[in-house]
Formats: sequence, structure tokens, C-alpha cells
Amino acid sequence: MRIMLIDDSKTMRNIQKSVLKQLGYTEMEEACDGQDALSKIGAFDPELLLVDWNMPVMDGLTFVKTFRQHNKTTPIIMVTTEAEKSRVIEAIKAGVNNYVVKPFTPDLLSQRIDETLQRCGVKS
Amino acid sequence: MDAAYITPFVASIQNVFGTMLQLPVEVGDPRLLKSDKASHDISGIIGMTGTLSGSVVLSLPQETADAIVALFCGERIDADSPDFADAIGELVNMISGGAKASFEGQDVSISCPNVVIGPGHKVSRPSDIPCVVIPCTTDCGELAIEVAIRETAPSAPADANADASANATA
Repeated sequence: MRIMLIDDSKTMRNIQKSVLKQLGYTEMEEACDGQDALSKIGAFDPELLLVDWNMPVMDGLTFVKTFRQHNKTTPIIMVTTEAEKSRVIEAIKAGVNNYVVKPFTPDLLSQRIDETLQRCGVKS
Repeated sequence: MDAAYITPFVASIQNVFGTMLQLPVEVGDPRLLKSDKASHDISGIIGMTGTLSGSVVLSLPQETADAIVALFCGERIDADSPDFADAIGELVNMISGGAKASFEGQDVSISCPNVVIGPGHKVSRPSDIPCVVIPCTTDCGELAIEVAIRETAPSAPADANADASANATA
């Protein structure tokens, strides 16, 4: 499965990569902001996206709204420090399928990925 | 400064360090910081805007930062590497974000983090915002959270644009 990690922190992308590798996912692409992700999506064609909210250049919410104009189905998990209920609702309205609040344990991220893929019919 | 704006940072650093680093944090008595000299060698800085505004600084001595970054990244990282600053920035980002979520009834945005590395540096803050330093002790060494935030006075609708541009420039 092709997974795109969008976060301005390389440290956070590395942590996510490590969790995903433990889950058996190896095909990953990284982007450091929403604009960078949009420029890489065509070539990589991700089947799952993990997106941070607060990023320079283009934030995660703007990215999700832009991406959803053309793609309604590829699952997106927002992985962010934005924990307020109003922000979660805002993200879901924009087209996010699931939500992980930082800090997270590897088990929690793994659980959210599994339930998102099952809910979106990507994994049985 | 209202203590209600300090305790969320105590809970948040304990949550972030406990979850991401498996590192317990013992918190000392908060006190007012009267100098603009940073508490320690390295400052991870986050700005806050909205109904609360100001800054949050994660301040660490070099040795403590070296050990904490190694725990966070799974390997030792040279302080001159951009990855070192990235790790410090992500930690202060999570601490600030976690605290922000506890500010009931407030609408606050946080900036992307900036990191300053070097002994003896200063962090300049508006003189009318008191800064509270929360000393912390961990198995990796001492560190501190410096919180300087205040409630932003509600403005008349006609002034809304002027206030927004002032915050963006700050």
C-alpha cells in the first residue's frame, strides 16, 4: 500500500515511518507541507494519507480541502496537536476520515490506521 | 497571570514526555521570570494568537537536549544538524498544542516553532506580559517551560482587521 506522510517535522515523519514499517507498510512518500504534497501526489498516487495540520506554506486543512476537490475516496488521517472538538469537526467536514492527536503511542496510530482502512473499504 | 493558563502546560509536558519519550517529568514551583535571558542553552519557541496571545518556550541545557533528542529520534543527533532543531521544535509544538486544548472557551492558534541554539541567548517578550517559568526535572536533566501569555482584549468589529494584521506581524 502506498502511504504519503505530510508533516513539516522530519522527526515526526520518521516516527510515523517506523510505526508503519512495523505494520508491514514499506511504500511511503514524504512531503513537508501541503503544497509539497500536492506536487508529489500525481506521481505517487497514494492509497492513504497522514496529514499534519500546522505547517508552513500550505497547512493541512487547506491541503485536505484542495485534495478533496478532485479525490473524494482516498482515506486521510489527520495527525496533529490540534485537539479541540471544534477543530476535529472542522477537519472531518473538510474530508478527513480519522483523527490522531499528538502525542500518540505506536499502538494508537496503528489502531487508527487499521480502523480507517477497514471503514473506507481498503482493508477487509 | 491566571494559574489556569499555567497548569495545562504542566499536564501537557508530562503527557508529551511520558507518551513520546517514556520519560517522567517532575515539576517544581513556577516563578516569575524577570530577565529576558533564556533559562538554558536551547529555546524552542511557539507563538500564540487569538483570544490568548504570547509565547511558550521549551528551554533546555545542551546536555539535557542531547539526551532528550536521542530518546525522541532513537539515535544521537548532532546539535548542528537541522534534525536536532526539528526535534526540539516538534516537542514544544506538542506541549503547546496539548495545553491549548485545555483552555476552555478560548480560540487560540499556535505558530510553527522556531528554535534558538546557543548559550547566553535572550528571548525578547512584550514587557507587559508576565513570564512564568516552570522548572522541570527528568532523568535526562533539568529543563524549563517559560509561559508568557495574556488574554487579548476583545476589539470592536471595525478594529478586527487591524488586530489581525498586528498579530500576523508579531
